[in-house]
Amino acid sequence: MQADTTVPAPPRRRPRRRAGRAPVALLVPAVLGLVFLVLPLAGLLVRAPWTSLPERLAAPGVLTALGLSIQTATMATALCLVLGVPLAWLLARVEFPGRRVVRALVTVPLVLPPVVGGVALLLVFGRNGILGAWLDSAFGITLPFTTAGVVLAEAFVAMPFLVIAVEGALRGADSRYEEAAATLGAGRWTTFTRVTLPLVAPGVAAGAVLCWARALGEFGATITFAGNFPGRTQTMPLAVYLALETDLQAAIVLSLILLTVSVAILACLRDKWIAGS
Amino acid sequence: MSGRLTRALAAGLAALAALGLTACADDGGGEEITVFAAASLTGAFTAIGADFEAAHPGAKVTFNFAGSSGLATQINQGAPADVFASAAPANMTAVADAGNLDGDPVTFAGNQLVIVVPEGNPKAVTGPADLARPDVKVALCAEQVPCGAAAVKALDAAAVAVTPVTFEQDVKSALSKVTLGEVDAALVYRTDAQAASGDVDAVEFPESASAVNEYPIAVLKAAPAKETAKAFVAYVLSDPAKKVLADAGFQAP
Repeated sequence: MQADTTVPAPPRRRPRRRAGRAPVALLVPAVLGLVFLVLPLAGLLVRAPWTSLPERLAAPGVLTALGLSIQTATMATALCLVLGVPLAWLLARVEFPGRRVVRALVTVPLVLPPVVGGVALLLVFGRNGILGAWLDSAFGITLPFTTAGVVLAEAFVAMPFLVIAVEGALRGADSRYEEAAATLGAGRWTTFTRVTLPLVAPGVAAGAVLCWARALGEFGATITFAGNFPGRTQTMPLAVYLALETDLQAAIVLSLILLTVSVAILACLRDKWIAGS
Repeated sequence: MSGRLTRALAAGLAALAALGLTACADDGGGEEITVFAAASLTGAFTAIGADFEAAHPGAKVTFNFAGSSGLATQINQGAPADVFASAAPANMTAVADAGNLDGDPVTFAGNQLVIVVPEGNPKAVTGPADLARPDVKVALCAEQVPCGAAAVKALDAAAVAVTPVTFEQDVKSALSKVTLGEVDAALVYRTDAQAASGDVDAVEFPESASAVNEYPIAVLKAAPAKETAKAFVAYVLSDPAKKVLADAGFQAP
């Protein structure tokens, strides 16, 4: 009988990459890049009126705007997931004529100044818009100046982030798993939900986080399409902009609140979703 | 590979440095002035600037048109400008309080609110009282910007309580909500209504006289070209400039 050879199983963890120190040519610009991104935040922190912070937090409208921002950004992200993941799948997995053009079209909201995006949304979904006039006469639905309008504006601007992230993940994923599922008799829908989606879950999560963050900071399309009314369409970026008109300090405080809350939420989500995968 | 990367990074850094240099470049030319002016002055001041350049050979006027409060913040944060023309005394006071003015500001024009409605006035709006009707969607400026503060005053004077569907961030946005047909009426300055007279109709109302917006102008302390800046301010107060302002819908101070 062969003795129990207690050969330890090779460690499953990926070996740490340790190819010497980071090259200076990468390190210097990396640090410069970080400083460039973080310095403006430091500027806000230095100028923040710390002593009056609590009373400013309690000012009427601040929590309403913050709540509305989180609510609309989350709803916009949900909308983007429902529409954007299938769109990304289409772009990554289905050959069809004009795919390049469609892919370019998806990035249009990235290039378009958000204010122009807001005007474009008005021209389509506004009271006299192509679809908006019909929505109004057929169902009595008007989107401008409503919370639904805010969600729509945010989704319009944020969806490309999700689509691009998910499409990238799909292209990077090994399609042989999907082929194997297909040979085992799984239909395309089953393959998508049982194989493809779990495979690209980290990409979807990363895309959703980007999308949520972009929606949270959205200003131009929102104020143009949905207007500015406290409690209904006034999100934090709008409140910050208007505070800036009269009171720089108040604007700084509002910005910091928005930053703190969003960074906290993103950090929590990152631990839960992305690190686990 | 690494050589190429280094080169690419070096090129990027050089571009960044060049950007920084141009941003900091100080022309210091005695004849070139930068005028920070309220957005509502865009049409009139562009014409006045051209006239001024024609009357002062060698002089060149560059404008930065934006919301007055944003301009005041930029000036107080050190933006290089020679002249500030504000749409409200409050923003001029903010610059004065920060010690950034050279001399006292002078009021050169006034502007008051009118009701604008889509062409043909489909909702038959004839005065402020109609703005309170439930079937009339109204856009007002937010109270934080001058046109919004004026709107509050004028509607108070008319004793009408209006619930708008939106508080717009500036007067042009309020106007565009009417030109796009998203609202039935908005309160904007007479000059804005006049500039858009092809798309909108204006309804004058006497109560707006209680909320006339005054436009002050002043030379800035840090002005790189102070003499030309003073000449420009004098020109804005002259008769030819007054006529340009009046043609644009401004009233005499």
